Amino acid sequence: MINFGYKIQADRQVDYDAGNHRIFDFVRKSEPSIDWCMSCGTCASACTASASTEYSLCRLILNARRGMEDEILKSVYRCRFCGKCINACPRGVNTRNIVYLMQLAVTKISKHEI
Amino acid sequence: MKFDLFVLPFTLGVIFLLGYLGYKYATWFRGLNKSDRSKVISGFFSVRLFRAVNEIIMESLLHRNIFRRNRLLGFMHMSLAFGWFLLIAIGNLESRVYEPTSMNLPYVPIFFKFFNANPDAFPLHRVFSFTMDLLLLLVLGGVALAFLKRFFSKAYGMKRTTRLMLGDRLALTTLWLIFPLRLLAESFTSAVYGGGDFLTGTFGSFLGSFLPAANLYYPAWWAYSLSLGVFFLALPFSRYMHIPTEVVLILSRHFGLAEHAERTPFTEVEINSCSRCGVCLDACQLSFAGGVQNIQSTYQLKSIRYNSIQPTESFGCNMCGRCDNVCPVGIDISGIRMITRNELNGKVPDVSFAEQSMPHAHKSDVIYFAGCMTHQTPSIKKAMVSLLETAGVNYWFMDEWGGLCCGRPMMLAGHKAQADIMIEKNRKLIIESGARILVTSCPICYKVFAKEYNLNIRVMHHTQYLLELAESHKIRPGHLAGNAVYHDPCELSRDIKVYEEPRKLLGKMVQVKSNEFEKDNALCCGNSLANLSADNDIRRKVTEDAYIKMNASGSQYLVTSCPMCKKAFEKVADVEVKDIAELVVRSMQKSRSPVKASGLKVAHPVEVIAG
Amino acid sequence: MLDTSNRTEEIMKSVAIIGGGVAGMEAAARLSKCGHAVTIIERNEQLGGRLNQWHALFPARKPALPLLMSLKQGISDGVNVIINAHITGIEKNEDGFAIMLNKNRVVTANTLLLTTGFDIFEAERKEEYGYGIYDNVITSVDLEQVFRSGKPIQTAGGKTPKRIGFVHCVGSRDEKAGNLHCSKVCCVTAVKQAIEVKEMLPSSEVFLYYMDLRMFGRHFEELYKEAQFKHSIQFIRARLSEAFENPDGSLQIRIEDTLLAKPLKMSLDMLVLMVGIQPPKKAGNILDMLKLERDTDGFVLQEDQYVSPFKTKIPGLYCAGGVTGPKTIEETLTEARAVAAEISEYLGRRRINYAGQEQYVMEL
Ligand code: SF4
Ligand code: SF4
Ligand code: SF4
Ligand code: SF4
Ligand code: SF4
Repeated sequence: MINFGYKIQADRQVDYDAGNHRIFDFVRKSEPSIDWCMSCGTCASACTASASTEYSLCRLILNARRGMEDEILKSVYRCRFCGKCINACPRGVNTRNIVYLMQLAVTKISKHEI
Repeated sequence: MKFDLFVLPFTLGVIFLLGYLGYKYATWFRGLNKSDRSKVISGFFSVRLFRAVNEIIMESLLHRNIFRRNRLLGFMHMSLAFGWFLLIAIGNLESRVYEPTSMNLPYVPIFFKFFNANPDAFPLHRVFSFTMDLLLLLVLGGVALAFLKRFFSKAYGMKRTTRLMLGDRLALTTLWLIFPLRLLAESFTSAVYGGGDFLTGTFGSFLGSFLPAANLYYPAWWAYSLSLGVFFLALPFSRYMHIPTEVVLILSRHFGLAEHAERTPFTEVEINSCSRCGVCLDACQLSFAGGVQNIQSTYQLKSIRYNSIQPTESFGCNMCGRCDNVCPVGIDISGIRMITRNELNGKVPDVSFAEQSMPHAHKSDVIYFAGCMTHQTPSIKKAMVSLLETAGVNYWFMDEWGGLCCGRPMMLAGHKAQADIMIEKNRKLIIESGARILVTSCPICYKVFAKEYNLNIRVMHHTQYLLELAESHKIRPGHLAGNAVYHDPCELSRDIKVYEEPRKLLGKMVQVKSNEFEKDNALCCGNSLANLSADNDIRRKVTEDAYIKMNASGSQYLVTSCPMCKKAFEKVADVEVKDIAELVVRSMQKSRSPVKASGLKVAHPVEVIAG
Repeated sequence: MLDTSNRTEEIMKSVAIIGGGVAGMEAAARLSKCGHAVTIIERNEQLGGRLNQWHALFPARKPALPLLMSLKQGISDGVNVIINAHITGIEKNEDGFAIMLNKNRVVTANTLLLTTGFDIFEAERKEEYGYGIYDNVITSVDLEQVFRSGKPIQTAGGKTPKRIGFVHCVGSRDEKAGNLHCSKVCCVTAVKQAIEVKEMLPSSEVFLYYMDLRMFGRHFEELYKEAQFKHSIQFIRARLSEAFENPDGSLQIRIEDTLLAKPLKMSLDMLVLMVGIQPPKKAGNILDMLKLERDTDGFVLQEDQYVSPFKTKIPGLYCAGGVTGPKTIEETLTEARAVAAEISEYLGRRRINYAGQEQYVMEL
């Protein structure tokens, strides 16, 4: 696992202040549609991967918003890019690009580029 | 020995170029894997060599393929390449005829007129000097066209022309200068010493009438040599590298080399073979309909070559293959794109990503695999199930409850390693079922089943399978009123070419109206899975444009055989958009041939196998 | 204040109303009472519009029929009604409007009120939900017809459903379906219908799949609570992506339970789609004839949402009801009354005195 240089606290509250929002900011820069997400979960219910793996795009976006990098890392590589979510999303969010950019952000973080 | 100081720039340029090419070719060859290397070696001693040489002449010199696409562009390339080649070849011949004895260093034929200013004394002199002038005129014509193309690309029927880099600028400028300078040098020389034919002679005496030719001819030869030298020096760092590389590409292709999953020297050869002719630009729907101007093949190849490829460029392409289809050099652009996408992703951190909810295999004769997308178009799924039921096929609906992915989207997203794990799992299941035929409704799945799964059974798209069922009278499609336009989904066209079966099947039901944008020239529906970046706006523009181009308005149906295409066109169409399977069911209902209802068969069978 | 000094010309002013639904009928009644000559132009065989399709109304679950009757009563005296009318053209002239109908009829009026209403989203367009493909997927409108018919609720196979699911926001809040807006009424309608189902089939289980529960109106929240405590109806925050069909025709759905943050699958005997309200398509050519501007959501653009919500850019042309967006019946009735007052005011103002000058006359 990539060491991001800090630990999520043992406290189970989401510590918004301790979170790092760089992944969200990075994605948002080239895919502004991440802002349109209303957490309806349609993407996750369409998702080919979610039935069998701990993965939900809807949650992933929330994790990014809240700065929960560890959570992102746990699931961001489970997407199969099947594209069902794009068809399903009622807000027209460019879902697959968001997943892809999150993956890219993770790579960049590991290379200390962001 | 004939020598003058001014030949040095040219000579050094040639030596540098040859050295560089030799080094490059050797590195490429060394970088090949064993089997590819032996293919190359045996290729040289087989009939394939002759075929390759033939193609080299047709393509590298005559540019037949560009010619076919665009006459003017073809003529430009042909006059430059073939004209120059003949200038060199006949120049060599000329110098040998005139001086069979002396040592014929490479620069001698190039600067022949300087060393043999007035060759009147030689036999055949009229013929040679006429020919050489004619060739020079041909090349100059090509240069003039190239010059015009940069400024008036529209006249070539091209909407856009390619962008330039520094090496390109240098090479391009010198290339434009070479032949005008040669004309000047030879004309001045003829003004001073006589000789020269209809071009250089006439032009020489014209120039000599008001310019001090005796003072100018020597500097002109210097300038000519310099421009040649600089051109050769800049060539490896410019797009003109495609000239020597294309030859290698044609040879390697004839020797049986192709793209692999990873980058190989063959990839390098392909990347360097792009002449940036720009033919691919005009084929790209994202360019002419979507307004995206940075992802097209030639830009892509250039960025890869200079190691400056950006993810958005690579992942923003539809992978429709329309550019592959028109590329006169025949570069496997899609193959390269896949490699690039994998390279850009790099190695994925160690997380278990490929868990699938795997159903148990069911013994059956036929497997039906709907595909993820088909689950979002239940009318296709339902049509297929009722057709299979009606035909009495012993089938297993493998992904009845979704959750299974064929792996191709993952491959398209540049995650080949993960895709392979999924593919392996699905493969096991397919083999376990003992089925002899695998039928899928999704062209994306079809392609990966056919190309990557290494199955020993028949893989069919439902268009093909339904045709077989119809021809063996297991189902009886009836007549429907009206006519239909058939849209070839990308994944069934160009690369795989499933063209006849759908049309034949469709022909049993309706009149099929053909249009310009079909088969190899089919348009992408805009909904391509391969494109990660394009937003809804771009997608919709592509869809709308494609719909208009196919001219389906006024027909009864727009028929396709891909759930994605169906979903895309439904949004913009003013006619009914149907999958071919749906239409078969409708035609059977209309003609009252029995269709069984489609209750799906197996209870929900999910067992999670992690890892 | 009544101006009698100049009151010499007692010509009746006329109003044409296109669309004889709730808004049109109520406005007609009011305008007629104010002494105007009112003509309702209705496309269908009968007046009443959407109300004809409805059994009982939220939140009080009052039957729709008495309201329909009272609306009809209101226009029974003196309102001219043309049914089966197809408008072929509309002309604007100095005096008002000339509306051309089929059978070469022409209606002229000083003002024109558009109460053409809304369209219901075509559930087939949301193909993944299986309407028109799977037999046991129906819409909220279909269900209301069942209630009206008085017949028992049955699956396509003739069985009594044990589990029924309601999907919210079908064709609303969905840009893929072309409608970004919220249809406003379907949340509470779903709750109402769920309760009605439970009352008819007390042993059934009823589920509502919602994105947000929009219980904005008076007594709506109470209805929601009633659904919970009286009927044990389950509310799941989720949005369906697609339905599957089981061998016996029942349905299998997979949703993301967004509060649990987990996918959830369940089987249902019947799925009810809460189809949304969308801008009129059929009545759209009338809007086009009048060159009425549409707002970003496709409904008619109001002159000003606050100050003059019923006015359009064309003087003398008014709009009310569903044509300017999704509304409850309560709101529609209120709008109808308000627009009637506004039209009266406008017509009154146009009375002409002896000297031929336009003069402001306050209506009593
Ligand atoms: S593309 Fe990824 S997130 Fe979207 S449905 Fe497919 S697996 Fe799920
Ligand atoms: S479907 Fe779209 S809006 Fe809904 S949670 Fe997913 S990304 Fe967000
Ligand atoms: S990729 Fe092919 S078509 Fe495109 S510019 Fe290069 S050579 Fe020409
Ligand atoms: S594959 Fe298609 S979308 Fe991509 S560059 Fe080529 S023509 Fe354009
Ligand atoms: S009222 Fe409720 S169900 Fe209707 S669109 Fe709005 S949120 Fe969706």
